[in-house]
Amino acid sequence: MVVQASIPFLKHMADFTLRVNGSEKKVSVPPETPLLWVLRDTLELTGTKFGCGAGLCGACTVHVEGSAIRSCSTPVSQAAGKNITTIEGLGANGLHVLQQAWIAEEVPQCGYCQTGQIMTAAALLTKTPNPSDEQITQAMNGNLCRCGTYERIRKAIHRAAGVVAAGGAR
Amino acid sequence: MSPLNVLGLTRREFVAAGVAAGAGLVVGFYLPHGNTSKKVFSPNAYLRITPDNKITIVVARSEMGQGVRTALPMILAEELEADWKQIEIEQAGASTLYGDQTTGGSASVRTTWDPMRRAGAAAREMLISAAALTWSVPRSSCAAQEGSILHGASKRRLSYGELSTKASALPIPTDIPLKQSKDYKIVGQRLARVDTPGKVKGEAVFGIDFRMPGMKYAVLSRCPTIGGKALSFDDKESKKIAGVGYVGKISDAAVAVVADSVWGAMEGRRVLNVNWDDGPNKDLNTAAVMEALKQAAAKKGASLYSVGDVAKATGRRISAEYQLPFMAHAPMEPGNCTASYSGTACELWAPTQVPQDCRDSVAQAVGLDPDQVKVNVTLMGGGFGRRLEHDYAVEAALVSKAVQSPVKVIWTREDDMRFSTYRPASLHQLSAVLDGAGWPVAFTHRIIAPSISGQKGQPGPNGVDPDLPDEAAFVYGLPNVSLEYVLAETAVPLGWMRSVYALQVGFASESFIDELAAVAGKDPLEYRLHMLSQNSNKDQDISYFATTWHTARMRGVLQLAADKAGWKNALPAGRFRGIACFGCFSSYMAEVVEISMENDVPRVHRVIAAVDCGQVVNPSIVEQQIPGGIVYALSNALRAKITIEKGRVVQGNFDDYAPLRMDEAPVVEVYAVPSAEAPTGIGEPSVPPLAPALCNAIYAATRKRIRALPILS
Repeated sequence: MVVQASIPFLKHMADFTLRVNGSEKKVSVPPETPLLWVLRDTLELTGTKFGCGAGLCGACTVHVEGSAIRSCSTPVSQAAGKNITTIEGLGANGLHVLQQAWIAEEVPQCGYCQTGQIMTAAALLTKTPNPSDEQITQAMNGNLCRCGTYERIRKAIHRAAGVVAAGGAR
Repeated sequence: MSPLNVLGLTRREFVAAGVAAGAGLVVGFYLPHGNTSKKVFSPNAYLRITPDNKITIVVARSEMGQGVRTALPMILAEELEADWKQIEIEQAGASTLYGDQTTGGSASVRTTWDPMRRAGAAAREMLISAAALTWSVPRSSCAAQEGSILHGASKRRLSYGELSTKASALPIPTDIPLKQSKDYKIVGQRLARVDTPGKVKGEAVFGIDFRMPGMKYAVLSRCPTIGGKALSFDDKESKKIAGVGYVGKISDAAVAVVADSVWGAMEGRRVLNVNWDDGPNKDLNTAAVMEALKQAAAKKGASLYSVGDVAKATGRRISAEYQLPFMAHAPMEPGNCTASYSGTACELWAPTQVPQDCRDSVAQAVGLDPDQVKVNVTLMGGGFGRRLEHDYAVEAALVSKAVQSPVKVIWTREDDMRFSTYRPASLHQLSAVLDGAGWPVAFTHRIIAPSISGQKGQPGPNGVDPDLPDEAAFVYGLPNVSLEYVLAETAVPLGWMRSVYALQVGFASESFIDELAAVAGKDPLEYRLHMLSQNSNKDQDISYFATTWHTARMRGVLQLAADKAGWKNALPAGRFRGIACFGCFSSYMAEVVEISMENDVPRVHRVIAAVDCGQVVNPSIVEQQIPGGIVYALSNALRAKITIEKGRVVQGNFDDYAPLRMDEAPVVEVYAVPSAEAPTGIGEPSVPPLAPALCNAIYAATRKRIRALPILS
């Protein structure tokens, strides 16, 4: 599928194929456009948030080849051809175990940062299935929350890790 | 069956009289929807029940994370005797039906508690009448239960949906019995928030996520100097950026860049060349602001509260000065708003705490009548008071009018930081007189600060900022007390930030009381408990503006926090603690902060918080809000500082204005005093005690008194 906005000045545009949440999307955008804005504006995947535009808050976190990256600071050209996962594609079959844990621990308040928090936590659990408090802090410290939900985030990650360890679905 | 004797009266399409008059907030008529049939039972603007048994409760406050979309419907559903699982929630836009829809002042639950209860109770009584009429039985033999009316004797049952048509023909009762708290089934329960699943799935639509066909994106170049103007601009480079279609001045101080994408608009602005007139504040800096506060302190202020005569008190006099900087709210979702202007109408999709202000200001800005402006309220990625301003709504409408197309205006983080409305910097002069035993017999607090409302052209009586009645009470029963407000002026734009003046007042007052306790050589908890009952050796009621504060309730939270913290028990080596209490937004709050010092930097391990907020509507939400306020306050206390150089805000992003991250977040324990009193504020009261409790802990650790925030400056 080709998604293209009506754009009068095409000389800076370039075509990219993005593999987002398992399907291929062709986009035509300036190559330096941050992946964040391609996801949000072009592909209408607005679960990924804009918070700082400088890689300081983590609200824009998505996975590229399984690693958590800041999409506000990643040009689309660098993500082209790679597997990108956003919050919309995290739970392939219903809710991801972390999303379930987030609901069980009643983590969100305003909720704006939480999709980025969950994406960072998901990348952590992939590499470190049963993280310690220290490992959680280290992994999550780049994600800001102004509502102050950090302790519930920590609890939700431990809960999800416990579910996975007990044989629950990923 | 006397209640039914008025049957046969024409059923109105709207309601107004009964419930509206009782509620005191609901005015005007309610026409639920254009396609409304008479089958919709809608006894008031907050509720609709349809024959398919769908119950819709309308929330006329804005959801910014504080849980109003759950808490307010719970209050109505309780009196309605509804089955919570049946309830659907609808967000009200700007309306004339609900009185003031401002979401702020920790007021949503406390001001809608009565109207929401009455709205639910009125409907319940009408449904009971409808069932009694259907079965030809006395009303008294029918009972409302979980969304149905039961007739116990015959075991018959009709759902609210089944009764809705008949109920809609009944008159609205004027004398509505309300439930006793002991009978509550929904209020007080840990019900899951209705907005959680959408927020973890990424489906929740915040203002910034709203989109519509043909929508363009705008970012604005604003004069970086406070009070400056745009003289001219050169958009040659901007127009070379892919997708940039329009560049134009939309106000004296702002040039809009409009594009087909956010990134195009941002890039267009980056290369835009604007010639600014820096205006009258081009030499303003933070030192000058603080100097102006010191100058203002020489003036006599307006009395906020006075009892006895502080000048005549005799004993040992202790004095100290405290000061606080400007701070920025920095909600995670930067400012934004979508507007669609058509010439005869303007529709907004706004993440806003003030939908009615958006409506009125947009109408004025684009030359429409207020009823030609429709405001839809989206979810907000945090508010903290920043969204009590509606600058972004006016900008969006102006740009939409300029380009004759729907437009979403987006602020970057730097825009948010540099063009905010800041918590006022303030200076505090405190003094006390101690008797021979070290107990205070007189207490004076002079609050020297600019007025937020005054700067916005709405000063209170005697120049007293109208927020101070909610935020500066002194809930100790001393014989001689003087609280005074001295108005200072500043050119720096001011706004209401979570807990507003209570943060400044609480920090100064509760730190100073700790100083007095130290001078007297007494335990800070015992000192406060003694102060709360001194003079008459019993608990007192203290009238401060419209609120009556009870020293007994403050004692209650102090004692509860201290007990839970194990105040009397020794701490492990290297651990220290401080305590503080404060009352604001009609709630009582006490906090014990436990720290260690690492290289002169405090590390907060644990905060024990006790609150008396009357009836708790949803304990889970209270247990979110209090730690949320504490983490917010800890950010403020440790690092939050907005500085001004050459008339410009220095800080720009989360590197130089750095909120708390997980590594610094303490464990917070929350305890609520059981109460059946009417609910009071919960979003803000946990903020003020944190900084003084922390600084008092630092004093306990280091014997150094911190009299200026932020701590790490």
